[in-house]
Amino acid sequence: MALVAIAPFLAAALAPLVQRWAGGLAGWVLALVPAAVFVLLLGFVEPVVANGAVPVRFAWVPEHGLDLSFWVDGLSLTFALTISGIGALIVLYAGSYLKGHVHLGRFQAFLLAFMGSMLGLVLADNMVALFVFWELTAVTSFLLIGFDHWRQAARRGAIQAIVITNIGGMALLVGIIVLHQVGGAWDLSAMRAGGSLVRESGFYGPILLCILLAAFTKSAQVPFHFWLPNAMEAPTPVSAFLHSATMVQAGVYLLARMTPILGGTEIWSIVLVGFGGATLLWGALAALRQTDLKQMLAQTTLASLGLLVLLIGLGTEAAIAGMVLYFVAHALYKAALFMVVGALDHETGTRDLTRLSGMADRMPVTFIAAALAGFAMIGLPPTLGFFAKEEMLLGAFAPQWLQTLALVVLILGNALLATVAAIVAIKPFLGIVGPTPKSAHEAPLPMLVGPVVLGALGIVAALVIDQFGTLVLEPAASALLGHHVESHLAWAIDWRSPIIWLSALSWTLAALVYWQIDKVRTMLIRMHRAVNWTADNAFDAVMFALIRFAGTTTRLLHHGRLEFYLVVVFAMVALALLVPTIGMGGLSAITIQDWTSIGLHEWVVLLLAATGLVAVLGAQSRLVAILALGVQGVAVALIFLLFGAPDLGFTQFMVEVLSVIILTLVMTRLRLDERDPRPMEDWIRDGLLALLCGGAVSLLLLLVVSGTLDTSLSDFFAATSVPIAHGSNIVNVILVDYRGLDTLGEIAVVMTAALAVVALLRTRRRAGETFVPKDGEA
Amino acid sequence: MNTIIFRTVAPLIVGTMLVFAVYICLRGHNEPGGGFIGGLIAASAIAVLGMSWGRDAARRALRFDPLTIAAAGVVLAGSSGLLSLFTGNAFMTSIWLYLEMGGAEVPLSTPLFFDIGVFMVVLGSISAIGLGLEIDDGEGL
Repeated sequence: MALVAIAPFLAAALAPLVQRWAGGLAGWVLALVPAAVFVLLLGFVEPVVANGAVPVRFAWVPEHGLDLSFWVDGLSLTFALTISGIGALIVLYAGSYLKGHVHLGRFQAFLLAFMGSMLGLVLADNMVALFVFWELTAVTSFLLIGFDHWRQAARRGAIQAIVITNIGGMALLVGIIVLHQVGGAWDLSAMRAGGSLVRESGFYGPILLCILLAAFTKSAQVPFHFWLPNAMEAPTPVSAFLHSATMVQAGVYLLARMTPILGGTEIWSIVLVGFGGATLLWGALAALRQTDLKQMLAQTTLASLGLLVLLIGLGTEAAIAGMVLYFVAHALYKAALFMVVGALDHETGTRDLTRLSGMADRMPVTFIAAALAGFAMIGLPPTLGFFAKEEMLLGAFAPQWLQTLALVVLILGNALLATVAAIVAIKPFLGIVGPTPKSAHEAPLPMLVGPVVLGALGIVAALVIDQFGTLVLEPAASALLGHHVESHLAWAIDWRSPIIWLSALSWTLAALVYWQIDKVRTMLIRMHRAVNWTADNAFDAVMFALIRFAGTTTRLLHHGRLEFYLVVVFAMVALALLVPTIGMGGLSAITIQDWTSIGLHEWVVLLLAATGLVAVLGAQSRLVAILALGVQGVAVALIFLLFGAPDLGFTQFMVEVLSVIILTLVMTRLRLDERDPRPMEDWIRDGLLALLCGGAVSLLLLLVVSGTLDTSLSDFFAATSVPIAHGSNIVNVILVDYRGLDTLGEIAVVMTAALAVVALLRTRRRAGETFVPKDGEA
Repeated sequence: MNTIIFRTVAPLIVGTMLVFAVYICLRGHNEPGGGFIGGLIAASAIAVLGMSWGRDAARRALRFDPLTIAAAGVVLAGSSGLLSLFTGNAFMTSIWLYLEMGGAEVPLSTPLFFDIGVFMVVLGSISAIGLGLEIDDGEGL
């Protein structure tokens, strides 16, 4: 099990190397990894059918009760098998599709890592792990979509995808934290047992909102649908994978997984059916508008996702069975069709619908694969798509208004999807051979394996529908609903049932639309133009505004005027000290010590400090001021010495000396005016600030010495420094032993600061280099 | 400032300061001193050298790039704390070792190496800034 979760990531790390060594065969080698995962997962089918679920658990952060737990049940296994199976074919396909690409190794690495994240996502039982994998899919899909990073459109598509899905990711994080608080567990399996607890709590609304936001953004439901068609900028293998079994299906999976916890309420059904239905129709209509085959498929993915969400929303046994069947059927035919379109594009140089015809002669195998997948998408018997459609119509066949509405939407959506299927999978291959940019010929073997296998699987699964029902459908639907679901799938068409006539109705509609496709398309394009506003534009506007806002804020706070920074810093220091001291009544607590105890030598030192201060203020040149500041500092160091802090005094001396040196050096570097001319108002402002800060610090110190000092710490150090730390200089022992970790942090800061200073000086020098000769003359 | 007198006396001063710096650093555990102060004194010594003989001479005298010294100091201090992990104690638990050397007892300890690390960081950082600021050979001041 751990192997399943880790293997794809390991393979991802090794992929570039394999690509270098194995060259043309690398695709076959790398495809072994997902294939092995697939076979390993197949081994889980038997125990899952027998027992319902196989939990796997590793200790992760035991202090917080967090375990890295996986949960293999019908639902997660169906998803995981689809992901790894299609993943293997995609890796193989990509090796050929991107043959000779400089970054093919990198591409395969991203692809495998993405597959690993997706597997982790569907297998995870722990919600934190689920979130981590969820975010990993976002990151890896970002890399995949933006793979052709030199194209602006690809970069935009990638950024859009990650921004939109990460809004959902953040919502998911909030959702699971609240869910944990309400349900008291991190594991989904434990949460499912106490689902009613969540549904009845006052937090049900917020949790539902968060989870739905996550699922809808990930699964590109209206109004977050626009990122998915733009993600088409990725190379075709990515689209085939992203749209069939992964990424967008993560949202569907989340909804399915949450059904026993959040589902079954009225609001759940209405929201899911509403948004799902809207997305279904929107996607189907948008698909008919396109002439680019890949764009058409992308839009139908929207429709299919809407359909799945709608079915989860309906939540009846038949609807869920339809959802499971449709998920598998869709994954198979969609991946196959994307690969077919990729092959067409690759071999003919175009994927424009109007320029492709009669390709059946040139690419017979591709045509067979396309036809198989197309039949499944239309829902013709004997394909898995047929059974999926029958089940979903049965699921919506009820007298309530919501179900009736869903039924109408389903029939319409299926009809439109069937039209698209006919246009994408059949039309380019029939008719007279037209001219294409490249002379068309059959695609290479690795590009054929995928679509043919997937297309054939759609038929095979339908032929053994009884077994498919018990092995896949029953465990998955049971896991989804939380109670046992009996499969009633059988290889028989009941002509007396109304369902088959509803199917026939949708096929008739599809045929009608297909017949009038040109008119329909023109009409749709006109409508699209008339509205002239899309969520896509809105996204751009928001992003642009965000960048502008960031720029304005930065310019406001980071204006580059050193003087003003210093004023702000010191004003804040004064405020931070004065407000609590005065505001909280500290003034009254101050008691003035006895003045008379100050000895003559102490007066002398104070006089020295005062002299230094006056000299600083009265100095005519900056250099004198710096030196005078040093005098004042030395006086302070003397005070430290007099009051029994030799270490502090010592350090203060050295710091004063070095600051004078460094300040003087800075002076010479900056070539400042020797004098320090300041207008009167600056004098007043700076003087006031200095007085405030100085006064505040003095007040604070007076306040501190007025109270009784808590000496327990110093007593502890004094008592233990020799026996424990073997040193009698307490200050030093504290620095290097008791609080050694602090010191370690501090010296790291000191070094980093020096690094930054040197870096700044070097840039100045480089900028000044052109300036040096002129200076040399002077 | 690079008069003959200063240039002649400077090496003497610098040498004395450096020896004193090491002395201060080593005695720090029991008497006023320590790595921080020692590092400051050593950095001042380098500054004196820079003022009298110029930046390049100071750089040569250091032998290593000052930032390298600072970085090595952080590494030394950090790894002295790591040693205790091998004895099964928490990070930065001090280890003491008393060596007999010609009749005298020399205490060696991980805090000592830690302090030497601090010394190097302070010396390296301040020298890096100081030497970086000095413009040309000896013309800085």
